[in-house]
Amino acid sequence: MGKTTFDKIWDAHVVKSVEDGPDILYIDRHLVHEVTSPQAFAGLKARGLKVRRPDRTFAACDHNTPTHNQDNPIADPSSATAVAALAANTKANGIPYFPLGDPANGILHVIGPEQGIVLCGQTVVCGDSHTSTHGALGNIAFGIGTSEVEMVLATQCIMQCKPKQARIDVNGTLRPGVCPKDVILYIISRLGTSGCTGHFVEYCGDVFRGMSMEGRMTVCNMSIEMGARGGLVAPDETTFDYIRGRRFAPKGADFDRDVAYWKTLASDEDVHYDMEFAFDAADIHPMVTYGTNPGMGMPVTGTIPSSAVGCDPGSFNDALAYMGFEPGERLLGHKVDYVFLGSCTDGRIEDFRAFADVVEGHRKAAGVTAWLVPGSKSVERRIEEEGIGRTLRDAGFEIRQPGCSACLAMNDDKVPEGKYCVSTSNRNFVGRQGRGARTILSGPAVAAACAVAGVISCPDEL
Amino acid sequence: MRKTVTIESTAVLLDVNNIDTDQIIPARFLKAVSRDSFGEKLFYNWRYRKDGSPDESFALNRSKGSVLVAGANFGCGSSREHAAWALADYGFGAVVASSFADIFRNNALNNGLVPVQVSPGFLERAVSAIRKDPDTKIDVDLSDRSIRVEGVGMETFPIGEYKRECLMKGYDDMDYLLSILSDIEKFEKRNAI
Repeated sequence: MGKTTFDKIWDAHVVKSVEDGPDILYIDRHLVHEVTSPQAFAGLKARGLKVRRPDRTFAACDHNTPTHNQDNPIADPSSATAVAALAANTKANGIPYFPLGDPANGILHVIGPEQGIVLCGQTVVCGDSHTSTHGALGNIAFGIGTSEVEMVLATQCIMQCKPKQARIDVNGTLRPGVCPKDVILYIISRLGTSGCTGHFVEYCGDVFRGMSMEGRMTVCNMSIEMGARGGLVAPDETTFDYIRGRRFAPKGADFDRDVAYWKTLASDEDVHYDMEFAFDAADIHPMVTYGTNPGMGMPVTGTIPSSAVGCDPGSFNDALAYMGFEPGERLLGHKVDYVFLGSCTDGRIEDFRAFADVVEGHRKAAGVTAWLVPGSKSVERRIEEEGIGRTLRDAGFEIRQPGCSACLAMNDDKVPEGKYCVSTSNRNFVGRQGRGARTILSGPAVAAACAVAGVISCPDEL
Repeated sequence: MRKTVTIESTAVLLDVNNIDTDQIIPARFLKAVSRDSFGEKLFYNWRYRKDGSPDESFALNRSKGSVLVAGANFGCGSSREHAAWALADYGFGAVVASSFADIFRNNALNNGLVPVQVSPGFLERAVSAIRKDPDTKIDVDLSDRSIRVEGVGMETFPIGEYKRECLMKGYDDMDYLLSILSDIEKFEKRNAI
């Protein structure tokens, strides 16, 4: 029996195994932010320990940070305290830290790949469930809790039982206008929010092979939304080309040596997956969600169904009541109050390009509040270099400063009660974007069409 | 970590599937830099009305007990360990559900909170028993991995031997990892890390 990419990376990182128990897994990259780390640093200090491998640990503030006037002190005292704690803890332990305003600051899952911090064939953890993003580069990357953050800080290891494995194939050619976000929203709508619980996913087939790294990141990012421990795409030339030349990536002969190793990581032919799913690319359309979990998705042109995979009738009805929708209702033409472009799911340059392409020649609808939040300072710079910033400003949009923003509304970017927000983020949970806020997840092109039309809209029909 | 062998209690019934960690503890309460007092914020948006007054119809405001009985896929979504801290700080020692999200399960185990995964049929019977009689006794016993619900019966639940021992003896993964630092050093040398 051969090995999957996942097996190869996992096996290479097992320090030792507990009999009838978990493996001790060595961690190559530990990403740290201000929300899930202060208690871990405090625990470390209480034990009289220092960070074992600060050279393998990278930190940035992203969750609590404002998206405007970042050069001013953070107004919210609790957020300011959390960010100050990260600055102090990273300084005391010699951890590279990208503070607010630093040219490399941004959402950890955007800057990790962008700065070449996260490479390929690695184990990557962070106290954040969307760490699964880094599977796009061919990594075992997953979210952990704060106790585990403390363990990794202290020992560079974590104890984990090897998960089962699932394979998801999407073959064929995507329809014009269908983006990576639509692909993953479609998959989750078919498998449900716990469809891959206990499993690590490998995404296979034409569609992922042909996708850019940014697109693969969007897909792997949302693996957690179907319960998966993480998801990866086996590395290929697209991966190596992406990593080449990035700030922290190996250079010259070191890079060539690493690529030679990374090329050995593709899954073997004779491998076993515990679950396998296959979808046809032609069945995927631009998507939106209509409910309060990411599995409640449908084509933007569709009608709300009367059930969803993995959702009992009671929860389904509660979700629709919260959203103010009815089964059988079409969402096209439904009023939109807010549009959020950004997050670790869709805050990369390709997402801004896709948004601007739709916006070009139109203006933002008067009744819509739009938050356009780049995923990083680097994305922010490229937006201007490529002229996207000008296109968007000419159309009445404002571009804010990087951070997690309205994805989880820890800062001031909160959607008011009862208002509808078309959001390129990853979760439409009750109250996620503000108490009583109603979130409709979509990709950047659909979000742009909604921002311009002021109602739920399909980019084709503008 | 606290030691847990048995938990005997009445239940707090929250018969809802897919309870995500944003519901267990909303993000705006994650700004605290210590582990304390998260119990006050547990299920905040469900427990309190907008004016801050308790919603008497919500389970936590009506019943007492150290066992929370919920639906399928408990703890999905964000990895925030604050969810496990809030449940433990409030006084829960076990959560009974027909399935758990992976990260939540680990976070619970790392905080001495026992994730008791039962079959959907057993859960359904337990839920009806608690509905009929809120004083229904629940008995979770790690020594034989069992849960007994008064008037319903007994079922065993899955938990790895290593984690079961950790819970029963009050050990955590950090204790173990710090005891094998020499193995970790060898691994680093061997792999030129």
